[in-house]
Amino acid sequence: MTEPQITIVGGGVAGLCLAAELAERGVSLRIFDRYGRPAKHGCSWWAGGMLAPFCESEAAEEPVVRLGQEAAGWWQRHNVNVERNGSLVLALSRDGGELDRYARRTEQYEWVDADGVPVLEPDLAGRAQRGLFFPTEAHLSPRDALACLVGELESRNITIETADGLDFPDNDNEAALPTKVRKIDCRGLSASDAMQDLRGVKGEMLVIRSADITLSRPVRLLHPRIPIYLVPRGDGVFMLGATQIESGNRHAASVRSVLELLSAAYALHPAFGEAEILEIGVDARPAFPDNLPRIRCRGDWLYVNGLFRHGFLLAPAMARMTADYLLSGQIPEVMDENLN
Amino acid sequence: MTAFYGVELPTAFMLGTAQYPSPAILGAAFRESAASVATVSVRREAAGAQAGEGFWRLIRDLGVHVLPNTAGCYSPGEAITTAKMARELFETDWIKLEVIGHSDSLQPDPFGLVEAAASLCRDGFKVFPYTTEDLVLADRLLDAGCEVLMPWGAPIGTGLGLVNPYGLRSLRAQYPDVPMVIDAGLGLPSQAAQAMEMGFDALLLNTAVAKAGDPVAMAVAFAKAIEAGKLARNADPMEPRDMAAPSTPLIGKAFLQ
Repeated sequence: MTEPQITIVGGGVAGLCLAAELAERGVSLRIFDRYGRPAKHGCSWWAGGMLAPFCESEAAEEPVVRLGQEAAGWWQRHNVNVERNGSLVLALSRDGGELDRYARRTEQYEWVDADGVPVLEPDLAGRAQRGLFFPTEAHLSPRDALACLVGELESRNITIETADGLDFPDNDNEAALPTKVRKIDCRGLSASDAMQDLRGVKGEMLVIRSADITLSRPVRLLHPRIPIYLVPRGDGVFMLGATQIESGNRHAASVRSVLELLSAAYALHPAFGEAEILEIGVDARPAFPDNLPRIRCRGDWLYVNGLFRHGFLLAPAMARMTADYLLSGQIPEVMDENLN
Repeated sequence: MTAFYGVELPTAFMLGTAQYPSPAILGAAFRESAASVATVSVRREAAGAQAGEGFWRLIRDLGVHVLPNTAGCYSPGEAITTAKMARELFETDWIKLEVIGHSDSLQPDPFGLVEAAASLCRDGFKVFPYTTEDLVLADRLLDAGCEVLMPWGAPIGTGLGLVNPYGLRSLRAQYPDVPMVIDAGLGLPSQAAQAMEMGFDALLLNTAVAKAGDPVAMAVAFAKAIEAGKLARNADPMEPRDMAAPSTPLIGKAFLQ
């Protein structure tokens, strides 16, 4: 095998998007992950897969909203099945104030009333007096999307190789790329050994199956303490998420969290009481103090990290900016450290 | 300045640390508002394996007094366990004691609260009990060893302000020397000013700042209102009266139309 120009460490959504972007632009690369192909070991596996930059602006800052708008198109170009049915945001009647606040904080939505909700989601007839519909938003199935990228890379003869931590063959290929960068760290929270300001934000989620409810788009149910979302995966399967707890604990979903998520789903529609629980997932999202992503350059290492709860939303833009930097030296707007 | 368990705080503003858009915004809210106490809710899961270390470090770096709380505890036993964990995590014997009695209104459980307060005080904790305006409950908490009371303005997270000003005035009047913090239920700075004008010693809030569109600006607004209310209280406000009283005497005016 010829010596690659770039070595990527970390085969989650950030590493795979970057690998796909670079390979597409003709960069030779190898990609390593401690555990190989995407699976339960990485937080991308547990993601919701909502490509909802406008909904996210409720709590996220401007770069997330702007950069996130690249996502749906990028995923489609990479042959991932992207459902462009928008997002629906609802609140139970006594939490109506939450909906007004959400509307003030976001844009690109239409108000829908009690008659409009079932036009979008017939099974939610009578469940909400009004809601916000974000027509331009989209969603995907994260596990299918990761598999799609793995397949695309394999078609270019790039497979995810296993290597423990940073124990992989060093890369001293001098082949012409404008920057010194040869290795890119996309390890997510595992990279906190290299970045002290990276922290974990625990998320818990469930996968449930209901024969009684069909949804065409992600539905968010606002609540002052326990906001939830349901993302349809097809065949009656839904991803129900997600808690957001300041903890790097990646291994145990708490009874309270699961109880609260399920109670909220049940409040949205009592038919969810009959749903089957297929999976309970937990992991910690990597985040910097402002919850915005970063690209950092230290010598021949580049660090791409801090995608927080926006992995599938921001990884395409991060990949594009990283590739631009590697190929043309253009400094990414999210680069906050440059020791090249 | 009132002392809380012997500690004189530079400002009367205590601020919660939950629900901010990001820790960076949380930090800015503290810096800009000069809030002097940070309350932190301790989750049992976050303790053992130092899993919350990243966030704890951010809180410690604020450089303010940390007041851990037992938010979300529904029984005295749970609250006591959480308090002990908090003491180890934050190396402080201060604890804001919440024993919730009602899951919908988050109203304190007065019976469990007194039980937990007595146990924690015996164990050397400096307890800040989240209580109602109830005088008898206040009495029991003081008997249990609490030297500070934290009556609610309104139920947690409602933003309704001081829903029972009469009850709060009575409480203040009954125990003029007990440091009291209005905790929970405030939505607007004007309500904070009102509480300080009534003679309360400090204010604790979280949601009103964290969930504002601009949390940093709202924190500053609250800080100014708290300062205004305190200045007004110390300035000995006039007594309201029913009759109009002209501020300029009419007699002796040189020209009248």
